[in-house]
Order: sequence, then C-alpha cells, then structure tokens
Amino acid sequence: MSFRRLDALKAVYDRLASRVVVTIMGAVAAELQSIGHRPNFFYLQHAMGLASSLGLGIALARPERQVVVLDGDGSVLMNLGGLTTLARYRPRNLVHVVFDNESLLSVGGFPTATATGSDIAGIAAAAGIPRTATVRTCEEFQRAFDEALAAGELTTIVAKVEAVGPSAYVTELSLLENRFEFQKFLRA
Amino acid sequence: MPVSTAGSRLIYDALKASGIRMLSALPETWLVHLIRMADDDPEMVLVRLAKEEEGVGVSAGAHLAGVKSAMLMQNHGFLASINGIVSCAQLYRIPLLMLISYRGEFGERDPWQTEGGGVTEDLLRALKIPFARLESPDHVERRIAKAQTLASSSNKPVALLLCRDLMWEDAA
Repeated sequence: MSFRRLDALKAVYDRLASRVVVTIMGAVAAELQSIGHRPNFFYLQHAMGLASSLGLGIALARPERQVVVLDGDGSVLMNLGGLTTLARYRPRNLVHVVFDNESLLSVGGFPTATATGSDIAGIAAAAGIPRTATVRTCEEFQRAFDEALAAGELTTIVAKVEAVGPSAYVTELSLLENRFEFQKFLRA
Repeated sequence: MPVSTAGSRLIYDALKASGIRMLSALPETWLVHLIRMADDDPEMVLVRLAKEEEGVGVSAGAHLAGVKSAMLMQNHGFLASINGIVSCAQLYRIPLLMLISYRGEFGERDPWQTEGGGVTEDLLRALKIPFARLESPDHVERRIAKAQTLASSSNKPVALLLCRDLMWEDAA
C-alpha cells in the first residue's frame, strides 16, 4: 500500500508554512511549489544528496528554528554517510522526511535499491538517528510528522509513496530568486 | 607527528578573526591540530563529516542562515566534493571558504598522495575558483582575511591551499 507524495505534502502544508523547509530537486520541489511557494521554502535543484546536509547546516546555525528537510530515496542513497553526520549532531530542531518511491522518477523511473529491499528507515536507525518510522498511508504520514514536530528530537520518516510526479519539473521560480529570498527570510 | 602547531594556531586564529563560527572537517594528518582547536573552542561549531562533499551543504545552510563557515579538507576531499561545489555552491552563489591541505607537492613522501597533488591547481583553475597558497606565517592572517572578503563579495567559492612549509615541521 502506498500513497501520493502530493497528497502527503497537502496534508502537512499548513505545518510546513510556519517552518524552514529544504527540499530536493525534481518532483518534490515542483509539487510543493504547485501547492504554494513561500519565502521559507528552499529547493535545492541539484547537488543530489546534499539537501539533508544543507538542512543540518541551518539547524546547527539556527537552533531556535524548526527545520524540515524533504528528501528522496535516490538522494539519500547518494549521501548515506550524511545520515551518520545527522545522527552525530542529532539536532532536535530537524525533521527529515524521505519520500521513497523506489525509483529515480525524474530520469526515467529506474528502480533504486529500495525497490530491491534496502530499508532507509533501518539504515537511518542503524546510523544512530534517534527516531525513525516508515509510513504507508497519508494518515500514518500525517500522524508521524506531527509526532516528530512535537517530539523535539531528530526524526527520519520514510514515506512509501507512488512513483508518480508532475508533468514538468521546471517552474516559474528562478533558482537565485529562491535562494536570496530564502536567505532574507532566514536572517530576518 | 611533526604537524606544525604554530602554523595551525595562526590559521585558526585568522579564521576566528574573519568571523568564522562553523567549521566542517574530515580529519587528515595535517589538519589534526586545527580540528582539535575547533573542538576545544566553545565559540566554534565543528561538524565532523563522513565525506567532504557534505560540508558544501552544511556551509551553504550556515551561510543562508547568516553564520560564516569554512571547510577543512585534504585536496582529495576537494576532489570528492566537486559536484557539490559546482551544483550547490556555484549554482546558488554561496561564498564557500575552503581550506585545502595540499598533499602531493614537493617534499611529499607518501606515494599515495602524489597523484592528487598533481591535479589540484588545474582543477581549481578549471572551476574558476580563486586560490592562494598559505606557505609562510607572514601572510597567513592577511590571506585568510582577504579570501573571506572575496568569498563574501563575490558569493562564490574561494580556496586556500595549506602548504607543506607552513603545516609540516620537517626539514625535507
């Protein structure tokens, strides 16, 4: 059983609206923008794997801000060592969501290793992330996300979502406009 | 281990004087004192990495949040970070101060360091990353301050090569 990432994003959009959000490239960025861009959302449109590291940098620099990283299976698999770095510093103000569609959707849908059994929540837990969960329905996701926000402890939530995305990935928002607007928001 | 404590102290103090408050690092022999100094300093956030490229993301996040940071790594770590440097720091105009221990230059005794030493400067040039050498105590403070100034004003990566004559207290 799985659900759509777009529905997951809609389900928690009001929570994202008041937090610092960093996303990966591709479908996650395009879908979140389709619901509504905000100055507190930053979309790392390349540098696969580094969204979680960038989120860690913000979380450590601004401990009073709650940071949400919206990651993906392909990206996490490119930076598995980053999970150990997250676990080492375990910022209490960071919630790490991994949308796991078991594929590299935006480049042809080829299966990632999670399609053949690699378990990202298991890897995260073994790396030392204090709270981890795998969810398979939108209701479960919403509950796990709210619990993570309330827990005040580093959490990785792996959301098993369908391998479907938007029809296009390029959006109206330019990369640098997003970057400078986000910086302005963070430093205000 | 003849890694220069005095050279490391000069570098560390200059980083502090330039306002650096977060350092991401992956240990290598020449960096041991610098990493310990950061670890002992309550004013510095030290982020120990599993792989150097993560540091590009960490520094980008810190910068966007208003904290000045730098990366400490070996030149092989720089090689391992290049995609992040291009597709995060350069694409998004992030001032990224990189302190790169320059292994594999004249005087290198470890055969395994020699290949990376031969390509480091060419890669920096290919990436159009301004760089300078730190090789004498006389210019450490000034060059670090100027590198940080250029990184900030250009919103781009800038590199300082930590050279053997500054980092290693060994005649050969």
